[in-house]
Amino acid sequence: MRPFVLPLLLASLALAACQREERDTRPQSAFGSGEQPTPVTTLEPGGQRPSPTDNKAASFEANAFHLSEGKRLFGWFNCSGCHANGGGGMGPALMDEKWIYGSSMESIHATIRDGRPNGMPSFRDKIPDDQIWELAAFVRSLSGNAPSSAAPSRNDDMMAHPSENRMPDAATLGKSP
Amino acid sequence: MKRLASIAFATAIALFLQGCAGWQSALDPKGPAASELAWLIWFFTGLCAVVWVLVMAALAVPLMMRSRQHAEPLALDAGADSRKLRVVMVAVGLTAVILVGLTLLSFFANRTLAAIGSDAALTIRVTGHQWWWEVRYEDATPSRILTTANEIHIPAGEPVRLLLTSTDVIHSFWVPSLSGKLDLIPGRMNVLDIKADKPGVYRGQCAEFCGAQHANMGTFIIAEPRAKFDAWWNDQLQPAAAPTGDEAKAGENLFLKRPCVMCHKIGGTPAGGTVAPDLTHVASRQTLAAGTLTMSRGNLAAWIADPQGVKPGSHMPVVDLSGDELNAIVAYLEGLK
Repeated sequence: MRPFVLPLLLASLALAACQREERDTRPQSAFGSGEQPTPVTTLEPGGQRPSPTDNKAASFEANAFHLSEGKRLFGWFNCSGCHANGGGGMGPALMDEKWIYGSSMESIHATIRDGRPNGMPSFRDKIPDDQIWELAAFVRSLSGNAPSSAAPSRNDDMMAHPSENRMPDAATLGKSP
Repeated sequence: MKRLASIAFATAIALFLQGCAGWQSALDPKGPAASELAWLIWFFTGLCAVVWVLVMAALAVPLMMRSRQHAEPLALDAGADSRKLRVVMVAVGLTAVILVGLTLLSFFANRTLAAIGSDAALTIRVTGHQWWWEVRYEDATPSRILTTANEIHIPAGEPVRLLLTSTDVIHSFWVPSLSGKLDLIPGRMNVLDIKADKPGVYRGQCAEFCGAQHANMGTFIIAEPRAKFDAWWNDQLQPAAAPTGDEAKAGENLFLKRPCVMCHKIGGTPAGGTVAPDLTHVASRQTLAAGTLTMSRGNLAAWIADPQGVKPGSHMPVVDLSGDELNAIVAYLEGLK
């Protein structure tokens, strides 16, 4: 019996590494999820949208896959056109700690889905609900509200200087031969 | 009995070799680059097989031979020693000659490959995406620049220059019947010249693991006579066909209102997304989703209704559509010849 204990222990430790993050790429029901009533007013108590917490919010928040999907969609849908990679331009900055309409996932989701006064357009029907949740999770991660183990890293082209392997060659001073 | 066995063996070999033919095989070359490479493969394999057999024989012979009984086992035999030394020297010399010879062969084959497209008149940009190919035909006249996806039409018998790059991860472009593989690297342009000797359809495949749907990232090279190719280019430059019938018209309307419009382009409509395949003439293509499904009304509907079932992990999301809406959009797309 004794000689089997160590290999078994090692095998179970090794097998634990097979655990992989779930990638939920399908909406929970065929009719979409997280459908909330259309707001009748832009005024919200405490800046927070009084809505029941959607279970999507929690599962997307710390999930590296959904955060990186949100980052991809942020670029694809040209959010940077107004929000400039989160630094803010025509639209407000997303990487600071100021939240005009609340910092919860539900609030950001509502902002993207229904739009906000003075510029933010509504993407209702234009972006599937799950993808709006992914965007909301990414927007929250911009200001450090996502665990660093899951948050997507900064783009190469946003770095203060190019990465080591893209630096000009010292011998040719960056000129091609 | 023995005769029967040999017939069965011959049949098995013939069937086995049949697997080497077809529209995606480096052993069934259909262009000068692939012929060069196929010749190289066979020569390398043949020569290495001969060397292997000789080495095995050289190892086997001493094992079989009986050692001679010497009266004085420890006595030095200068003649035998120099004989052995000569054998080893000859073997080393032969090895060096063979290795240098193979290197030179490979080098000259590479030179031949590089010379294929030196006078290419047609340049096509191929951009790899997870998990499809964006294809852009370059032209000096901007209005003749054409963007399509996954299927690359080329004129048969003419060299074509492909400029390969990627937007996300490293992919690799490989159409075994026409050419060797070359990587598509983000931020870098690689040049691959191809030529198809005869008209035909040749399948290609991403050859660098690029994520969940790497296996479903196929491409097709469609070589046609020059006149047919020019006609195809002119057809593809036209804006999308206007929908005919109420259902297709409703489909166009829905396409522009629903998430489709966020990523896809349809020439002649406000839909101008560039992050997903251009659908201006989607129904003129032979396959859907980079070779995953053949083009048909049913497959179009299946792909739109549940892309995550057909190609799990692909960037096409599941869109919440009713049955009527789905039918209308499919009717519209089906008409985009």
